[in-house]
Amino acid sequence: MLKRLLPVMVFLALCVLLFAGLRMADDKDLIPSPLINKPAPAYNLPRLDADGMLGHADMLGQAYLLNVWASWCPGCRVEHEQITRIADSGVLPVIGLNYKDAEADAQRWLNHFGNPYSAIIVDLNGKTGIDFGVYGAPETFLIDADGVVRYKQVGILDQRTWETEMLPLIQSLPDQRQPQPAL
Amino acid sequence: MLAELGQVTLVLALLLALLLAILPLWGSYNNNQQLQLLSRPLSYGVLGFIGLAFVLLTSAFISQDFSLQYVAQNSNSLLPVHYRISAVWGGHEGSLLLWCLVLAFWIAAVARFSNALPLQFLARVSAVLGMVAAAFLLFVLFTSNPFGRLLPMPVDGADLNPLLQDPGLIIHPPILYMGYVGMAVPFAFAIAALLGGRMETTWVRWCRPWTLSAWAFLTGGIALGSWWAYYELGWGGWWFWDPVENASFMPWLIGTALVHSLAVTEKRKVFQNWTLLLAITAFSLSLLGTFLVRSGALTSVHAFASDPTRGIFVLAMLGFFCGGALTLFALRAHTLKPESAIGLYSRETMLLLNNVFFAAATGMVLLGTLYPLLADALDLGKISVGPPYFGLLFTLLMVPVVLLIPLGPMTRWRQGDWSEIKAQARNMALAAAGLLLLLGLLLNPGGVRGWFGVAAGAWLMVGSGWYLLQHVRRQIGGLRRWQIGMAMAHFGVGVFVIGVSMVESGQIQKDLRMQVGDTATVGQHDYHFIASRNVQGPNYLAARGVFEVSRSGSDDIIAVMQPEKRRYAAGGSIMTDAAIDPGLTRDLYVALGEPLDDANPAQIWSVRIYTKPFVRWIWGGAILIVLGALLAASDRRYRKESVSVEQLARGRSAGATSSA
Amino acid sequence: MTPTRKRRLYLFLSLFAGVSLAVAIAMYALQDNLLYFQSPSDVVSKQIASGEKFRLGGLVQRGTVKRDPQTLLASFDVTDGKQTIHVEYQGILPDLFAEGQGVIAHGRLTSDDHFVADDVLAKHDETYMAPEVADALERAGHPVKKKISDSEPPVTTTPDSSAG
Repeated sequence: MLKRLLPVMVFLALCVLLFAGLRMADDKDLIPSPLINKPAPAYNLPRLDADGMLGHADMLGQAYLLNVWASWCPGCRVEHEQITRIADSGVLPVIGLNYKDAEADAQRWLNHFGNPYSAIIVDLNGKTGIDFGVYGAPETFLIDADGVVRYKQVGILDQRTWETEMLPLIQSLPDQRQPQPAL
Repeated sequence: MLAELGQVTLVLALLLALLLAILPLWGSYNNNQQLQLLSRPLSYGVLGFIGLAFVLLTSAFISQDFSLQYVAQNSNSLLPVHYRISAVWGGHEGSLLLWCLVLAFWIAAVARFSNALPLQFLARVSAVLGMVAAAFLLFVLFTSNPFGRLLPMPVDGADLNPLLQDPGLIIHPPILYMGYVGMAVPFAFAIAALLGGRMETTWVRWCRPWTLSAWAFLTGGIALGSWWAYYELGWGGWWFWDPVENASFMPWLIGTALVHSLAVTEKRKVFQNWTLLLAITAFSLSLLGTFLVRSGALTSVHAFASDPTRGIFVLAMLGFFCGGALTLFALRAHTLKPESAIGLYSRETMLLLNNVFFAAATGMVLLGTLYPLLADALDLGKISVGPPYFGLLFTLLMVPVVLLIPLGPMTRWRQGDWSEIKAQARNMALAAAGLLLLLGLLLNPGGVRGWFGVAAGAWLMVGSGWYLLQHVRRQIGGLRRWQIGMAMAHFGVGVFVIGVSMVESGQIQKDLRMQVGDTATVGQHDYHFIASRNVQGPNYLAARGVFEVSRSGSDDIIAVMQPEKRRYAAGGSIMTDAAIDPGLTRDLYVALGEPLDDANPAQIWSVRIYTKPFVRWIWGGAILIVLGALLAASDRRYRKESVSVEQLARGRSAGATSSA
Repeated sequence: MTPTRKRRLYLFLSLFAGVSLAVAIAMYALQDNLLYFQSPSDVVSKQIASGEKFRLGGLVQRGTVKRDPQTLLASFDVTDGKQTIHVEYQGILPDLFAEGQGVIAHGRLTSDDHFVADDVLAKHDETYMAPEVADALERAGHPVKKKISDSEPPVTTTPDSSAG
C-alpha cells in the first residue's frame, strides 16, 4: 500500500512546487508601483504644442491622465485611438509626455495621427521619465487633484482596462472639476 | 448574434459533457443499460456542439467580425483567408477551443469504434472522457471565452502574430493536440479498468490501438513543430529544449514507454500496475504541459498567453485528474502474479529496459524543466538550465535504447536463449557494418559523432529489415500490419538518428557581412548576393535579398534564394523569413540579419548562411515512425472481438498455480 | 532464497545501481549547465568573477546601440535603471532587439562592467518581457506591472485600484 501511495506523494510534492511557481508568477503582478498613492514627482517641462512651460503645480486641483508616448513607439500608435476616445469623452484631460523624442518626429506623428492631448510636455532627456519610473512607452498615469498617482498602466491602455479599472477609480475620486476648497 | 449563439453552444456542450460524465457511470454501477447506452449519443452530442461553436468562431474570423475581442486581437483586415482560419487557434482562447474540439473527436471516435467493448466498460471510459471534456469546457467558459465582445468595435484587428502566419502553423496545432489530447483515451481506459476493480488485462488490448494512434499524432505534431521552428524562427535550429517543447516532449517519452509496456501487459499480463501508472502519467504530463505553457510559471522563448489565474485552473484540473487517478490507483491496483517467471533474456526484460530508459529520460527532462522553478521557490537565484544538460543526458540514455531496439523484437517471450540472441546480434552487426561502409561512402559523415550516428542508424535499419525477413521466412500468410508497422517505426528511428548526428557533426553556420555584389563561400557552395529590393506582401513590407548559389568552382547556378525581412503593417513587428533550398542530403539556408549601413540600408546586410547536411532525415524519420505506428494501430487483431478472453482466463489460473 | 527471488534481487540491485548512476550523472550535468540570471545591479554588487558564464538581463539603454560598419560587432548598454553594463556581441541580433526593449545576453564578463555575449535573446512577442527581466527591473525600483500575453494587450491589476 505504502509503495503504491508513492506516486501520489510525488505528485503532491510536484503540485506544491507548481503552486509555488504560480504564486511567484502572481507576485510579479502584485507588487505595487512605489508611486501608487504617493505624490507624483514634481516636474516642470517645456510644452510641445505651445510656448511656455507646464508643471506639476499647474495641474493641481484637477485629476488628469499623464500619457507617456513617443513617435518611435509602435505601441503608442496602437494606443492612440483609445487615448483619443478618452480625450473626446471629456471625463478628464489627458496630458501627453513626449518621451525621449525628436521634436520634428513628434510633430509629424501628431500631424499624421491627430493630437488628442490637452497639452503636451517634452521630456527630451528622459529625466522626468526616470522620476516616474517609466521603463518604456506607452505608459499612463492617473494623477488626482491632489497630485497623487492613483493608477499606473504599463503598456497599451485598452478599452477594457479603461472601463473596468480606471473609470471606476476616477468616479470614486472627489469631484475633479471642482478645485479643492482651500482650507 | 452568431457569437452569442457560440456561447450558448458551448454551454450546451458543457451540459452534455456533464451528463456524459455522470449518467453512464451511474448506470454502470446500477446495471442500468439505458443509462449506459446514453454514452454514445451524448458523445456525439458533445462533438456536435463543440464543432458548431468552432465553426461559428471560424466564420467570425472569415467574415472579419472585429467586435469579437479574440478576433480583433488575432486577425486583421489584410490577413489572407487561409491564415484567418488558422488564426482561429492562433491565440490562447481559440487554441483551447481547438483542444476541446479534438477531445470531442476522440470521445466520439471511442464511442463509435468500440463495438467490441463490453457496454459497462465503454460507459466508464466515456464517463471519464466526459469529465475531462467538462473540465476543459469550464476552463474555456470561465477563463478563456473566445466569444467575448469588444465594445466599441475597433475598426481593424491587431493581426495574427506574424510568426504564426505560416502553412506549418495551420496544421501543427491540430496534429499536436490530437496527440496531446489523445493521451486522455488511455487514461480513461486505465481509470475504467481501475473502477472495474476486476483486474482483467483485456482493457490493455482495447487500449492499444488508441494509444498507438494518439502517440503517432503526438510524434507527428512534435516533428511539425520542430520543422516550423527550423524554417520560421530564422535560427536554423530544429530543437531547443525550450520549456514549451519539453512540455510536449514529456508526454511523448512516457507515451513511448506506454506503447511498449502495453505490449508486454497484453501478451504476458505482467507489469500491469506499471502500465496503469504510465497511462495515468502520460495524460498528467499532457496537463502539466498545458499548465507550463499557459500559466506563465516558466520562462519560454515561445511566448504563449500566460496568466496565473488560468494556471490555477489548470493546476486544479491536474490535481483532480492526476491526484484522483493516483489515489484510485493506490486503492485499487493490486498485483497480478505473472504467468511464470520472467527470464533474464526475454522480450519482457527488453521491453522493461525500454521503459526504464524512457521513464528515466522523462524524469531527466522534468527535472531540467522544473529546476528553475524549484530554484526560484527555494530562493537560490534565477536559474536556467542550458540545452547541453538535456542534450548530453538524453544522448546517454538513448544509446542503450538504440543498441537494444533491433534485439528486442528478436528475443523470445518468457525465456530467450542467450546464444541465439548472440548469434543473431553478430549476424546483424556484420550486416550493419556492411551498410555502414556503404552509407559512409555515400554520405561522407564528417567527424566522430557523424560516424557513430551513421553506425547507429545502420544498426537500426538492418535490425528492422532483419526482423521482417525472419518473419517472412517463418510465417505463413505473410506479415501482419503491426509487424510491418513496428519495423517501419524502428527503421524511422534509424533515419532520424542519422539525420541528427549528420546535422550536429557536419553543419556549418556563418554570420557574415555582405554587400550587394559580394560572394561568400560556405561549405561547398558559393553564395552570390546579386540584389536587394523592397517588395510588398499582402499585409507586410519586406526587404528581399537575392542570392545565386553555385557549387564552389562551378558557374552553374543550382538555386536562387530569396530571404526576406518583413515588417508587418499592424503592430509593426519584424520577422525574418529565411530562404531554404531543401535537399535529401543537405539544406542550404540563408537569412537576412539586419541592414548594417544606415546611410545605405538596402546595400549592406548581415547575413546568416547555414549548410545543414541531412537535416530532412530528422523529419523523414519522424514520418516513418508516425506511419508505422498508424499501420500498427490499424491491425485487424485490435478490431476483432477479443478472441481469447477464455484463453486468457485459463492462462491466468494456470499461471497462478504454477508460480504459487 | 529461491533462484527466482535471487535473480529478481540482482535485477533490482542492478536497476538501483543504474538509477543511482543516472541520477549522479544528471545532477552533475545539471550543475554544469546552470546559468544564473543577473541584473546589472547584481553584477556590480555581487562581484562576479570574470570568465564565469551567466545570463545578463535588462533593458537596452537608448542611444547606446552601435554597430561596427565593417564587421558584425555590435555593442550596447544593458541597464536596470540603477547600473549599466556594456555588452559586446559578434553576430546577428534578433529581430525583436531594439533600444528600450528587454534583452537577455548569454556570456561572461571580461572586466568589471564589460560583458561579452555569445548569444543575445529578445522575445518573440513584442509586448513580452522575460519575467526575470521584469523582476530585475522591479528590484531596481522600476516595477513593470503587466501580465504578459501574446493574445491580449497587457492588462494591469492594481490592488489599490479597488480601494481607490
